[in-house]
Amino acid sequence: MTSQSAPPRAAGLDDGTAEGRVYTVSGQDWDQLVAAADEAADTPGTGHMVINMGPQHPSTHGVLRLILTLDGETVTEARVGIGYLHTGIEKNMEYRTWTQGVTFCTRADYLMPIFNETVYCLGVERLLGIEDRIPDRAQIIRVLMMELNRIGSHLGGLGPFGMELGATTIFLQGLRMRERVLDLMELITGLRMNHAYIRPGGVAQDLPPGALEKIREFLREAPRLTGDLHKLIDSNPIFTGRTKGIAYLDLEGCIALGVTGPMLRSAGLPWDLRKSQPYCGYETYEFDVPTVTSCDTYGRYEIRMAEIDESLKIVEQCVDRLAGHRPADDPVMIRDAKIGWPARLSLGPDGMGPSPEHIAHIMGQSMEALIHHFKLVTEGFRVPAGQAYAAIESPKGELGCHVVSDGGTRPYRAHFRDPSFHHLQALAALAEGGMIADVIPAIASIDPVMGGVDR
Amino acid sequence: MSGRDGASGPGNTPHGDEAGENMNLPARAGEERLAEQVVRHGMFGAKTSGDTSGYGRLLVRRPPLLSSPRPYGSYFDELTDEVARVLEADGTGFGDAIERVVADRGELTFHVRRERLPEVARKLREEPTLAFELCTGVSGVHYPAEAGRELRAVYHLLSITHNRRLRLEVSAPDADPHIPSLVDVYPACDWHERETWDFFGIIFDGHPALTRIEMPDDWKGHPQRKDYPLGGIPVEYRGTKVPPPDERRSYA
Repeated sequence: MTSQSAPPRAAGLDDGTAEGRVYTVSGQDWDQLVAAADEAADTPGTGHMVINMGPQHPSTHGVLRLILTLDGETVTEARVGIGYLHTGIEKNMEYRTWTQGVTFCTRADYLMPIFNETVYCLGVERLLGIEDRIPDRAQIIRVLMMELNRIGSHLGGLGPFGMELGATTIFLQGLRMRERVLDLMELITGLRMNHAYIRPGGVAQDLPPGALEKIREFLREAPRLTGDLHKLIDSNPIFTGRTKGIAYLDLEGCIALGVTGPMLRSAGLPWDLRKSQPYCGYETYEFDVPTVTSCDTYGRYEIRMAEIDESLKIVEQCVDRLAGHRPADDPVMIRDAKIGWPARLSLGPDGMGPSPEHIAHIMGQSMEALIHHFKLVTEGFRVPAGQAYAAIESPKGELGCHVVSDGGTRPYRAHFRDPSFHHLQALAALAEGGMIADVIPAIASIDPVMGGVDR
Repeated sequence: MSGRDGASGPGNTPHGDEAGENMNLPARAGEERLAEQVVRHGMFGAKTSGDTSGYGRLLVRRPPLLSSPRPYGSYFDELTDEVARVLEADGTGFGDAIERVVADRGELTFHVRRERLPEVARKLREEPTLAFELCTGVSGVHYPAEAGRELRAVYHLLSITHNRRLRLEVSAPDADPHIPSLVDVYPACDWHERETWDFFGIIFDGHPALTRIEMPDDWKGHPQRKDYPLGGIPVEYRGTKVPPPDERRSYA
């Protein structure tokens, strides 16, 4: 902000980088700051202030930085600064094998790790030309895990959103249900997040014993949990007052800005890649694509809640399929010795590791199996040269992965088209002209995760 | 490094610019292959250490530039014809704007001359029969071995109206890393182009504010280029200095 005279507790920076005077506001000194701004303006009451918000701010969904120009409480310009969580995931992947890439990309958008893994694996499988040879059971497990993850991601967005509006109970109720989902993920993959469970060619391992019962138990309780959330939020006057008509973006705006996912569906367009460009067998599941036409934050909340219900439907269908008659030989990894990981994992006294039978086989019985295991694990498989773009419907919109191979054992380039990165560009359209308090619901309605934005 | 569109993709018979009808004769194909530039020795890239794998003398050659023969399959022929019709009617000319068409692994790629990119993109977006409403971003790729076309910007377009996808690939030499910006056509390319500038050093002419987006503003270099090492800088923390990862151990 520009000002000639400093309020009593303001600290001016003098390193020559700032235009005008910089004040550090430390709380309960707003009146003094406004007085100083008024004094600096030509006419009292017209002083524009540039406010820095973040990157360390509890309401910006992670290390997001906003540079807001304010006229009173009205936002006249919203600029977004990102990059505070850049970890070089894409660069690192170029230095590891194709299989190891899963371990990196799962950490991008940490609320939807399964989606990051799946889209990368779909890209690699397209490069390998093995899309049709992925075992059915692996595809069902992928869908199951993705839909569980979708529920977890939506709840991880909605719960904290409630807290950003000041409602601790919404936060706790949202995270209570999310915990149930994470428990299932932990049971199946061994980890609550960063699973590295989906692998090129299939999934890392089959479901553990008792997993289907646990999922059924969750499915029985889920309606009550979502019902609680509905009761808490749906007609809560504070929540509706702060979300209805807020952060309006109609269909034209969405298309102009390339917005996909719940934001696009809140503008009334039922565009869902699971329906329009199915992958992993989504065309064989019954579910609806919820839409509303309110184009606002409340509409996006409704869409996410409705999608949780749809995901529960899909999970139920997955469980039924997995529990159905199972042939004796029903792998979860492609039957291709050149690609499929040879080790069968099992749970030992010291945690998850290669199964004792596999160790006995490669160490005691077959030299060739040992060599094969060694080559595939250390060097990895080779992927024919070329490029592929896989896209899936993540909880936040279209998640794409552009993978390029030079024919070697490592990705030549892996690029993630993260929906949060893309959608944060729409924040100016959502927030400008509104009140500063509405910036928070606007961010939350995008549901960005900085791990995915910065990668 | 080749990293080409589908050297061995199904249903895609590669043939180079100079390849004629004799290309399938074994002798001819062998000669051509041996005449190609060697791009890599050995499988693992080990140059100094003892490579005991037996692959040290393996030569990896660069395949010729690919362009797919007709028919491309799927909706690709129809789409290509339509693009050709629109560009010819416009006076841009299909062959003048699009160097090569590659149909590989169920995906269609137009290699567009960089001068023509904005016109082509505008037509793709605005023509109702094409209607590629969404550009889902820019992905940079760096091929240091391919002289004159080292830097690539890859655009993935999506048409919701026709439920189609299309990839545009544009190349620029390292010595002149300029590609026209698509922000005028697809406003959401803004951040994607900044990211590609940040990581690859491609300058998008006409971009409203081409600044770094992920790396700090004063960063030197473009980290995802192939000539930029993994790690690259020492980590300084509380008075100690840890060497960059690429100097700690070899990842080759």
